[in-house]
Amino acid sequence: MSEKLVKLSKKDFETDQDVRWCPGCGDYAILAVVQRSLANLGVTREKTVFISGIGCSSRFPYYMNTYGFHTIHGRAPAIASGLKMTRPELDVWVITGDGDGLSIGGNHMLHALRRNMDLKIMLFNNQIYGLTKGQYSPTSALGTRAASTPTGSVDHPINPISLALGAGATFVARTTDTDAKGFAAILEKAHKHKGAVFIEILQNCPVFNDGVWDKVKDNAANMQIILVDGQPLTFAGGSKGIRMNANMEPEIVDVGDGPGQTPLSGLVVHREHGSPVYGHLLAQLVQPDFPMPMGIIHREEKTTYNELAIAQIEEARAKQGPGNLQKLMLAGMVWEVGTEGVKH
Amino acid sequence: MATKELEHVVIRFVGDSGDGMQLTGSEFAKSAAEAGNDISTFPDFPAEIRAPAGSLFGVSGFQLHFSSSEIHTPGDAPDVLVAMNPAGLKTNLKDLVDNGTLIINSGAFSEANLKKAGYASNPIDDGSLAKYKVHTVDISQLTMTALEGTELSVKEKTRSKNFFALGLVFWMYGRDPETEIPRITAQFAKKPQFGDANIKVFKAGYHFGETAEVFQTQYKVPPANFAPGMYRNITGNEALALGLVVGAELAGKPLYFAGYPITPASSILHALAKYKNFGAMTFQAEDEIAAIGAALGAAYGGAVAVTASSGPGIALKTEAMGLGIMTELPMVIVNVQRGGPSTGLPTKTEQSDLYQAVYGRNGESPMPVIAAKSPGDCFYAAIEAMRIAVTYMVPVMLLSDGYIANGSEPWALPNLEALKRFDVKHRTDPTDFKLYRRDPVTLAREWPIPGTPGLEHRIGGIEKDALTGNISYDPANHEKQTHLRAEKVARVANEAGALDTLGEDSGDVLLIGWGGTFGSLRQATMSLRAAGRKVTHAHMRWMWPLEPGIAKIIKNFKHVLVAELNGGQLRTMLRATYLVDAIGLNKVQGLPFKVLEVTTAVENVLGGNVPRADGATAARTINA
Repeated sequence: MSEKLVKLSKKDFETDQDVRWCPGCGDYAILAVVQRSLANLGVTREKTVFISGIGCSSRFPYYMNTYGFHTIHGRAPAIASGLKMTRPELDVWVITGDGDGLSIGGNHMLHALRRNMDLKIMLFNNQIYGLTKGQYSPTSALGTRAASTPTGSVDHPINPISLALGAGATFVARTTDTDAKGFAAILEKAHKHKGAVFIEILQNCPVFNDGVWDKVKDNAANMQIILVDGQPLTFAGGSKGIRMNANMEPEIVDVGDGPGQTPLSGLVVHREHGSPVYGHLLAQLVQPDFPMPMGIIHREEKTTYNELAIAQIEEARAKQGPGNLQKLMLAGMVWEVGTEGVKH
Repeated sequence: MATKELEHVVIRFVGDSGDGMQLTGSEFAKSAAEAGNDISTFPDFPAEIRAPAGSLFGVSGFQLHFSSSEIHTPGDAPDVLVAMNPAGLKTNLKDLVDNGTLIINSGAFSEANLKKAGYASNPIDDGSLAKYKVHTVDISQLTMTALEGTELSVKEKTRSKNFFALGLVFWMYGRDPETEIPRITAQFAKKPQFGDANIKVFKAGYHFGETAEVFQTQYKVPPANFAPGMYRNITGNEALALGLVVGAELAGKPLYFAGYPITPASSILHALAKYKNFGAMTFQAEDEIAAIGAALGAAYGGAVAVTASSGPGIALKTEAMGLGIMTELPMVIVNVQRGGPSTGLPTKTEQSDLYQAVYGRNGESPMPVIAAKSPGDCFYAAIEAMRIAVTYMVPVMLLSDGYIANGSEPWALPNLEALKRFDVKHRTDPTDFKLYRRDPVTLAREWPIPGTPGLEHRIGGIEKDALTGNISYDPANHEKQTHLRAEKVARVANEAGALDTLGEDSGDVLLIGWGGTFGSLRQATMSLRAAGRKVTHAHMRWMWPLEPGIAKIIKNFKHVLVAELNGGQLRTMLRATYLVDAIGLNKVQGLPFKVLEVTTAVENVLGGNVPRADGATAARTINA
């Protein structure tokens, strides 16, 4: 049986389990894009593993006809790390949400990214806890009224892109649940990337936080900057762009050569391999003051934890020879007791 | 010069935590082992790395028991106390036997140091040490003199003084100093100037013993009668690490170890990090939860996975253990117990995590628990834990404790050829594959791993269908699976060998113990039996399921005495399981049992001096 020669379709990545998300949940669209993309990428089911934590998004592995592990709240990056270190030939994807990945599992997220563990992490950000029935999350805006905050939340939200960049992630991207094309393009590059991938997916929870991203998604032309490597940051059909002013602040300008307008050459040019400072600048472009950048925000090549760890084992074997247990027992201070007494 | 032959000696070195007492003690232990003595060691040090010099709480000690006959413990009370400063003398003198030998570094008995130790007058000359054989030696000054002309700073020279003490005791016990010199050279290979200085001072100490007329007698402890074979000196954590490497080899799988720094478990990680050429992969995770999470991820991928910690870290790992139990993945979780609760006594020993190991998870979540009994036994317990984990597809907890983890003993090298292999087989056949179909004997599910075509499956913490492994909220299925998981663990009892006992199957007192107290209880039982007492010692290795051999004898004795370094955790389990009115012998001082404490308790019980049940718990306790 050589399954590799058979081109798999989206259907091959679907399981026989009933999908149990609420009607209208953004997760359905994400699932469809991932299933179709894996088919297009030509990966095999057996070498693909989806690992998730706890939350609505974390049910994802049950619906992927690959290997999958639905683990515990926040810990998916840790569990995925152990798998990837020992089985580097596998494609290991991590599915998490804003509560799972940035609250209870914030520590694991930080360390998986800084180690550049070769994991592909998708964070579904709907700014709410869904499975526990609607409490505000670490990405909820200040003042969010939710089950646990009837008079509004009083803590400042975290910016997932900033966190990932700050942790040293080597592939950081953003998309939305409804942008199948943009998401698929990111997935293709993410799959090829060697190292930790962090994709923030702006996702809608129709039950507990309906429409939280509508202003961005419904008005894509004016509220999204589609990132193209080497091209200036523009939106609104190219009529508006982003420029840095003298105070090193980003500002929205009209694009053109006329009076009061800024020529294309005056705009910030997107570089996927740009400096971390630039990446952080993009991360700060958020609604409602700015259109939000979509696509690959930052990319760089760095050694991965898993390849270095394996290299150390190979090096030890090359230098010391494969382990000999008998010799290992004799390491340290050993002496022999003969029938007539003690020998050394 | 007279030479006096002794059967055994207990010597304790005490000084500041920066004085190198652990090194002095362990080097002297090696020389005793090398000379053929049976040895047992007890390092006892503060949690602070370099506590303020001269303070009472900064005293670090190392006790060594060496003998020409078989011994199981580091000794109840030192015959010889080497005190490097007043604080060490102050905190340890009460343990020295009457008429014991006291070697004092008089150079450290300055007014300031005496004051820090709370001495109003200098004990060296105020008569308070009259009942001991006191030898005062100005080790500080003699060390400086020995290093005159070297380029070391005063501070660096001072650091060598522990080697003067080592040289002195080498002479006292007739050890060959030439055996030590290569060890010092090797120890300081990276800083040869310190190695040279230490050798100089070591020799000076030895020659001081030889020439100064302070010591009238040299002592000789003849070699013990060991069974012929190869031996090495080993600590529990070293043995445990070796056991994991060998266990992985016996399973035919790579070893994956994930840990997070914690006393007293860290040295297992340190040891394994050096075994990369055996294919062992170690991972220092970001926290305890990540460590067990990574281990579980590796287990899902087919590695033999291990994590190790101590009580507080084990608490953090609890949820992931539950996931391992639910998904039925094999894993070994090592708990090197220390004093608790919370941070407790990080460098001291205790057996108070038994409830945590057996009961400490949410839901109905039994899990096999095995306890090692001695430093060398950590090797075999590690292999056994791994074998059970992969055979029964279940996480297994391996209990050690600070006492056996850091303590050392001569260890007969195992015959690796004789160890039974337990090669892991992963299913590859997709025909009629049901993830939770169980082996009829062990009830283990199969262990298919990612990368295998046709066996793609999803697992997780939600209850699973008893056959397919798909999510199931069916009430009857949940109950069935709960019973199956418990029954699977119960069947591990079939793997327990004969109960480790000394004595008859009936009598006056059944002394039950577990874990690292084995040595004290066995030694106590030997002496009680020699005095004609009808006492049997039963040592439990499997804590869950409860060692089955216990059931057969527990009702055959007039009294059941359960000795533990906790408030009575095993006693409660035994009372609940067997409805016997067991008495507890309990101690929670961060210290192991003394043999005398055990013999006294047994004599009390035999003499009818049995504590009455206290109203609150109906538990009867003797406090050691």
